[in-house]
Amino acid sequence: MSLDREQVRRIAHLARLHISEQEVSAYADTLSRILVLIEQMNAVDTADVIPMAHPNEAGLRLREDTVSETDQREKFQRIAPAVEAGLYLVPKVIE
Amino acid sequence: MFDKTVVELARALSRREISSVELTRLFLERINKYRDLNAFITVDPERSLAQAKAADDRIGKGEAGVLAGIPLAQKDIFCADGWRTTCGSKILSNFVAPYDATIIKKFNRAGAVCLGKTNMDEFAMGSSNETSYYGGVKNPWDTATVPGGSSGGSAAAVAARLSPAATGTDTGGSIRQPSALTNLTGLKPSYGRVSRFGMIAFASSLDQGGPMCRTAEDAALLLNVMAGFDARDSTSVEAPVPDYTQSLDGDIKGLRIGLPKEYFGEGLNSEVAKVIETAITEYKKLGAQVVEVSLPNSQLAIPCYYVLAPAEASSNLSRFDGVRYGYRAKDYSDLLDMYCKTRAEGFGAEVKRRIMIGTYALSAGYYDAYYLKAQKLRRLIAEDFRKAFESCDVIMGPTSPTTAFKIGEKSDDPVAMYLSDIYTISVNLAGLPGMSIPAGFDAKGLPVGLQLIGTYFDEARLLNIAHRYQQVTEWHRRIPKGFE
Repeated sequence: MSLDREQVRRIAHLARLHISEQEVSAYADTLSRILVLIEQMNAVDTADVIPMAHPNEAGLRLREDTVSETDQREKFQRIAPAVEAGLYLVPKVIE
Repeated sequence: MFDKTVVELARALSRREISSVELTRLFLERINKYRDLNAFITVDPERSLAQAKAADDRIGKGEAGVLAGIPLAQKDIFCADGWRTTCGSKILSNFVAPYDATIIKKFNRAGAVCLGKTNMDEFAMGSSNETSYYGGVKNPWDTATVPGGSSGGSAAAVAARLSPAATGTDTGGSIRQPSALTNLTGLKPSYGRVSRFGMIAFASSLDQGGPMCRTAEDAALLLNVMAGFDARDSTSVEAPVPDYTQSLDGDIKGLRIGLPKEYFGEGLNSEVAKVIETAITEYKKLGAQVVEVSLPNSQLAIPCYYVLAPAEASSNLSRFDGVRYGYRAKDYSDLLDMYCKTRAEGFGAEVKRRIMIGTYALSAGYYDAYYLKAQKLRRLIAEDFRKAFESCDVIMGPTSPTTAFKIGEKSDDPVAMYLSDIYTISVNLAGLPGMSIPAGFDAKGLPVGLQLIGTYFDEARLLNIAHRYQQVTEWHRRIPKGFE
């Protein structure tokens, strides 16, 4: 199937990607070509196949709920774009 | 000295024929001399030499680890404390990792020296290294061609003898395909064998780190350090790790080599096919026998992969939002706008395409048709391998359908680029170990890789099979012209 301009805008919004009006058509075209490739999957009947999410299906491990890491807030915040008083700064979200 | 293998250098270091500082300087000089290859994103000679000095001290005290003083190049996907770690992206252009990936920690403990961080396709999304924000990498065998990807910088660095060995990661072929295109011995371990902690995630159910070396012997030595359970990686496998160097010499008489007919059909370059056939004949001389096997769903691996990998990537890459680390856009009106512009400016075209494909595949109303369908095909592909391994011990075929292609040849056509991983992708979907080893050259003098695929956790056997071949062939010793 091919994507129209409106679908491309919607996907970009869901993906939190700003795309300009000029880019929309180019994306519609390339993504549609990739979808043609992907839709080769439909050639096979998979009605009775159990989906495989992962190569090791033994399930995930559990661990004790104990403190295992030390506090390194300063080190980690040193690489942030904007920090104040130990908090990450972002544009105001609540009026 | 720069043409020696890791095993040879380890011997020279332990006999004090050379110091780690001298060796590190030698390789740093070569990195600088051949910087036009663009194999490295970051070098930090001071940091490397400090590590080398510390290694020399340890060697002096006789408390050295197995890789003491050995300089290695690390793919820029692995976080290394204090090193800029970009993953080939603008969005991490200012990211200095605040911690070590588990494998970096292990290499440090073993005494290895980090020579620098190698170039790669952005977030490992590419097969030619052309999607890197830091520019493409040239293939030392022909600088008009690509070295493959995504571990293209690591491949070029080892092929040009700028580093004795390097690390790579492989989500759909990113260790094996560049190894094939640059005449290296590259190993993608079984899923869960090598810790993914601190390895920047692309597609979590497919990603696996591994060594890129010149010989199977070196790959065994590096895998010994890299492999093993890690509580910090929830998909790390709790299975004993053998000493991979101990089984290299084992006899391979009676080895059953499975040749999947699907790997020798349309799309395979005839010169590559001829080289692979010759390599198989060599194995027959070593006592192996050949059986035909079938992987009937092979042609579905690419469509299946281009749903699953982008779907996982769209989720993994949602963490890059300009809040806690990395690049943040300069101009924005509100929080949503900050996210959208940061990501639009920080990611390159291919990464954006894959995020969008993945987002679409996971979006309401399309999940069953794409993501679930792809997971079902994944089961069929894994089943094909299980059945094939009932009649053989190892599967062999070409790693890549062609030798190295020209820079720019496929960069405008994502679908054509995706097809260059046709023989490698299904191995990741199944979670199996795979290798590429040097098997010969085409008429243009470009290397051809032979792919070996093993059953789960059979890395020791793959290395053994590769090593026996390297004992009777010379392909892996060739050095590209201009780098002698």
